[in-house]
Amino acid sequence: MIDIAWSQFTPGAALTGGLLIGLAAASFLLLNGRIAGISGILGGLLVPARRDILWRVAFLAGLVGTPSLWLLFSELPPIQIDAGYPALILAGLLVGIGTRYGSGCTSGHGVCGLSRLSPRSLVATLSFMATGLITVFVIRHLMGA
Amino acid sequence: MKYSFTSLLAGLIFGLGLMVSGMANPEKVLGFLDIAGLWDPSLAFVMGGAIIVGLVAFAVARRRTLSFLGFTMKMPANNRIEPRLVIGSMMFGIGWGIAGFCPGPALVALGAGEIKAVVFVASMVAGMMAFEVIERIKRPSLGDTRGYQKN
Repeated sequence: MIDIAWSQFTPGAALTGGLLIGLAAASFLLLNGRIAGISGILGGLLVPARRDILWRVAFLAGLVGTPSLWLLFSELPPIQIDAGYPALILAGLLVGIGTRYGSGCTSGHGVCGLSRLSPRSLVATLSFMATGLITVFVIRHLMGA
Repeated sequence: MKYSFTSLLAGLIFGLGLMVSGMANPEKVLGFLDIAGLWDPSLAFVMGGAIIVGLVAFAVARRRTLSFLGFTMKMPANNRIEPRLVIGSMMFGIGWGIAGFCPGPALVALGAGEIKAVVFVASMVAGMMAFEVIERIKRPSLGDTRGYQKN
């Protein structure tokens, strides 16, 4: 039996934000002809190919710069990071190696790949969703953190 | 130049979507992954909203060889479901479940000045570099077009 956290559930904001993410992926695809896969865009910077650098840095600068732009109009929304530093380092390494080894993350496989109806991305998405769910279950309910 | 400007714009809109949806907050992401606790289904609505728009965009893109700005459409050429796809994605999922961060939200949180996000991103980049080193040792001839077709 699943208990829904009604007080935290924000379907309107989630859907609006999702449409914006879709719009970003759609414009990147239809204007630049590329998949908006963030791990691939970042990882591609670590394989130096001279003329390929500027647009990657520009996309990432957009992501990193969003909170600064947001601050011109409003207060930043809450960002709560409960994980401690050793956990963050371990998680970062796993996300870094895993997304490159699996050729994508939530954006490339989850958003773009599923939109493209790619069976490969469906398998990837189900794989990271499954281990994500299991990991949270183990940490919160078995280890009791 | 035009290519980089539209990249910047796409990055900004993507980041805006992550902030509006609440996904830049790891606690909210973990609330979705915690189905045995009090479950927050918001992330499913984020994915749903993004995919509704994405389905239309990819349906249009499928019929084109050039983008609306005249650039080559670079679509993934690899359709194989190999062990590395599953193993890599499973590793990513474990890291995602530990911290509540995937790459996009981590970069947005870094931009918001969160020290913990800086540490996560530094570690993530180190992991990506480790991958490159391993790949380079295994197959020295790989270039940046790996996994993509040129047409």
